[in-house]
Amino acid sequence: MSAAAPARRPARAPGDLVIRIEGVTKLYRMGAETIHALRGVNLKIRRNEYLAVMGPSGSGKSTLMNMLGCLDTPSAGRYDFNGKDVARMVDDELAEIRNREIGFVFQTFNLLPRSDALHNVELPLVYAGVRPAARRERALGALRNVGLGDRIHHKPNEMSGGQRQRVAIARALVNHPSILLADEPTGNLDSRTGEEIMALFEDLYEQGHTIIVVTHEENIARHARRVVRLRDGLIESDGPVA
Amino acid sequence: MARLFQELVESVRIAFGQIRANGLRSVLTALGVIIGIVAVTLMGTAINGIDIGFNRSLAMLGEDVLYVQRWPWRRVEDWWSYVNRPALEVETAERLNRVIEATPGSLLEVAVPVATRGTSVRAGELRLAGVMLFGTTGDYARIVTTDVAEGRMFNAVEASVGRPVCVLGSAVAENLFPSGSALDQQVQIRGELYTVIGVLAKQGEFLGLFSFDNQIVAPLNTMRRQTGIRANLDLRVKVRDKTRLAAAEEELIGAMRRVRGQLPGERDNFSVNQQQAFKEQLDPVKAGIALAGLFITGLSLFVGAIGIMNITFVSVKERTKEIGTRKALGARRRTILLQFLIEAVSICLIGGLVGLGVTLAASLVLATLLPALPIAFSPGLMAVSVLVSILTGVVSGFAPAWGASRLDPVVALRYE
Repeated sequence: MSAAAPARRPARAPGDLVIRIEGVTKLYRMGAETIHALRGVNLKIRRNEYLAVMGPSGSGKSTLMNMLGCLDTPSAGRYDFNGKDVARMVDDELAEIRNREIGFVFQTFNLLPRSDALHNVELPLVYAGVRPAARRERALGALRNVGLGDRIHHKPNEMSGGQRQRVAIARALVNHPSILLADEPTGNLDSRTGEEIMALFEDLYEQGHTIIVVTHEENIARHARRVVRLRDGLIESDGPVA
Repeated sequence: MARLFQELVESVRIAFGQIRANGLRSVLTALGVIIGIVAVTLMGTAINGIDIGFNRSLAMLGEDVLYVQRWPWRRVEDWWSYVNRPALEVETAERLNRVIEATPGSLLEVAVPVATRGTSVRAGELRLAGVMLFGTTGDYARIVTTDVAEGRMFNAVEASVGRPVCVLGSAVAENLFPSGSALDQQVQIRGELYTVIGVLAKQGEFLGLFSFDNQIVAPLNTMRRQTGIRANLDLRVKVRDKTRLAAAEEELIGAMRRVRGQLPGERDNFSVNQQQAFKEQLDPVKAGIALAGLFITGLSLFVGAIGIMNITFVSVKERTKEIGTRKALGARRRTILLQFLIEAVSICLIGGLVGLGVTLAASLVLATLLPALPIAFSPGLMAVSVLVSILTGVVSGFAPAWGASRLDPVVALRYE
C-alpha cells in the first residue's frame, strides 16, 4: 500500500438496495425544548456503493450515522435494511442487526485495551456465537486482509494509530457485514496514516464492500464515489463526487 | 445456546482480566467479603459447636434414663400444687421395682433411688467444697453413664449394710490426691471417714454450669446411718429400649400411680423427667442465639456486599465507552448484564473461598489450642458459605449490571 493517494477508478456498478430511508425524522427533547435533528430524510444506498456523509456540526450528520448504524431508531419515517424494517425494532433485535450487518469503524478506534489484536477482532464473532476454532481462523483472515498478519498478539498500546485503525477495520469486516460504517476514521491519525487508511478503504471497495464514511473533511470525502451533504436536518445535496 | 456459552466464557475472561488489572481495588473489595464470610462461618462453626457440646452434656444425663422427681424440668406457674407433693423415698423405689418385676414385658429395667446434696470433703490437709454427694444403692452401677476408671463401684451388699466406701469423680480425686492414686485412701465427709474404692472417668461440664467430675457417690444407707443427712431423693429409672422412650414413660407413670395408690382422675403427685424435655426447653434458646449471632455477623457480610455493589457501579462508569463499543459490535442486553454480574460474583467467590480458608485455619488452630472447645467445621457449612458468596455477588452486582445492560449505545459511545 503506497502512502500517496491511489489513482481514482470509476464507480463500480451498484447492486441491490441495502438501505432505504424514507421521511425519517428524529426529535430530541432537552428540557422544555425539542430539537429536530432530522426533519425528513430520504436516502437509498445500494450494495457496493462508496458513500461519504458530510455536514457541519449540528447538521444531523451524527444522528443520521447512528440511525444508519442501527444504534438509534427514527422518531418517524421508514428505515428498511435489506428489506427488513428496523425502525420498529427493539434493543436486542438491533444488536443482532449491528452484529451481522454493520461493521463499525470509530474515530477513536475503540479497541479493548487489555486484549490483543486477535481477540479484539474475534469479539463480534463471540457475540455471534461462533466457536473458538472457527473464530480464530476468521479473525486471522481478517487481520491478514488489512496487512496485520504479523501483529496478531500485539495489544493496542503496542501498536501505532494506523495499525490500531486497521485492527478496528478487521474487526468491522470479520462477520461479513452488508455495510462498513466509518465515523471520522482518520480523525485521530496524521495525514499520511490517514491516506493509508483511505487507500485500504479503496481496496475494500474494489473487493466489493459497501462503505459509508461520515466526515467533515473534504479531502476524505473526495475518496468516495458519492457525497451526501446535510444541513439543518435535511439533505442539501446528494450526488457523485465531482 | 452456543452463543450463550461463548458469551459466558468471554464474560469470565473479562472478569478475571478486570480483577487482575485492578489488583489493589479487587483485593480491597474482596476483603469486605472475606471478613463477612469469616464472621459468618466462624459464627456457624461456633453454633455447631454449641449444639454438639449441648448434646454431649445431655448424653451425660443418660439417653435411656427417666427421672422421677417432685418437680418437672420446666418452669411451672402453679408452684403451690407441686410444693405439697409427697417426697420420694427409698421405699418408693423398692415398691416401684416390685411393680416393674410383676409387669410382663415391662419396658422398664430398674428404678434406683439417688439422694443428692452438696457437701465439702477433706483428705488430710486438703479440703474441697461444693462437691455433689450422691447417695444411692448397688443398682447405681446399672444406670451410671460413665465408666469407672479405677477400682470399682460398690456392690449391693456394701450398699445395703452401709459400708463406709465411696467412688470419687475424677476432679475430686485429682484435687484431693494430686500426687498419687486415690484408691484405698480415706476421705472425710461431714466428719465421717469413707474409703475410696473407685474413681470415675472424666466426663466434663454440663452446659458449662457445673462439672460432673465434681461428685462423690456413696451408699445411701451409709450416708443416712452415719450422718443422718436429709437429702433430696429422686428415682432414676432405666429403660430397656431407648427407642421406645415415650411408651416407657407412659408405663412408668402408670406404675408410679399404682405405687402411690392414686385414684383415676387424680393428678399425678410426681413428675417424670427425661433429657428430651430438657432439650425442648433449651431448643428455642439455642435457636435464638443462632439467629442473633447469624444476624449480627450477617451485617458484616452485608457491608461487604455494599462494597461489591459500589465497585461494580464504578466499573460500569469507567467502562461506559467500552459498553457502547460492545453494544455496537452486537452485544445484547443479556451479554452486558452477564459480564458485570460475573465480575461481581467472581470477586465474591474468591473472597468467599479465601474467607473459608481463613475460618478453616482458625478453627484448626482453636481446636489444637483448646481441645475442650467443641468446634465443628462441617462440609455443609462450606457448601452454604460458597452459595452465600455467589448469592452476595448476584444480589450486589445486579443493580449496576442491570443499569449497564440498559445503557443507550449512542450515549455510551459518546461518553468520555
